[in-house]
Amino acid sequence: MADQPVHSRADDLACIDVVEIMTDYLEGALPADEARRLERHLGTCPGCTEYLEQLRAVAGSLRGVTDASFPPEMRDGLIADFRRLRSS
Amino acid sequence: MARPIVHAEEEGLIAALCRGDADAFATLVDRHSPAMIRVARAYVPTRAAAEEVVQETWIAVMRGIDRFEGRSSLKTWIFRILSNVAMRSGARERRSVPFSALAEAEDTGEPSVDPDRFLSADHELFPGHWAIMPTPWPMPEEGLLAGEIREVIAAAIGELPSAQRTVIALRDVEGWSSEEVCEALEISAGNQRILLHRARSRVRNAIESYHGAVEEIDFDAVTADLMGDTAKKETDSD
Repeated sequence: MADQPVHSRADDLACIDVVEIMTDYLEGALPADEARRLERHLGTCPGCTEYLEQLRAVAGSLRGVTDASFPPEMRDGLIADFRRLRSS
Repeated sequence: MARPIVHAEEEGLIAALCRGDADAFATLVDRHSPAMIRVARAYVPTRAAAEEVVQETWIAVMRGIDRFEGRSSLKTWIFRILSNVAMRSGARERRSVPFSALAEAEDTGEPSVDPDRFLSADHELFPGHWAIMPTPWPMPEEGLLAGEIREVIAAAIGELPSAQRTVIALRDVEGWSSEEVCEALEISAGNQRILLHRARSRVRNAIESYHGAVEEIDFDAVTADLMGDTAKKETDSD
């Protein structure tokens, strides 16, 4: 593999198409033969390999990055409503 | 996967709700409200309007829990109510369409990466390959979200079309599975992946722009390597 050029002409996938199927690949939704073809491409293409790593980093790093907390006064009001409703 | 456990826990929760257990109701509100706000935002234009949709949904849940028949999970039932409330609310804002139609209307078929970053399809040696390829990002020990990049990412998510923003928020910010997202939003697995891919790609692009992490490929050198033409390389460097 060390002797491989940056891009191999034997590789019949184009990077412009590869970037569009990377989420399918990460999600395990690519058919096995297409996944193997993609992996062969990654073996010769540092650009696509980096792109995949970056998509993976994005997917795995966003927990809690934006806030969607429910206002406490609304929450407490709802619980009070629940108590009233269920006790009546 | 963990579905039977969730269902067993749900049964207990439902029984507690029907008994009028306010702690059980509080647990449910705390567990689902953030994701409900994210979904509601797809239908209504402001955070405040989304909070009102969530509030109205919880009122419908507390009034209707006795009629819940368990034909779906409790979570799915709650999110169906939310969609209906949000659509009614969206109708007042002239945005009353199901999530799937919203996603379709927003789909411009845009590529994940600027096509100018690639060589043309009729390039002699490398059709469609990177011309300007991504390079590694500086990765602090604290991870991708350290420092001001967090703001860059939050802004990129905030600027996404509603359907893409909702899917990435549920999947990657809230940590839902693809099955949970498809069920709550009533979209196919394929559509969910398209929305997720577009959303993650845009966030990736924003991070890349922030770092300026790209490199133009020297195709003369690559071609020389490919042809094994070392003599050419020496001549070029002279």
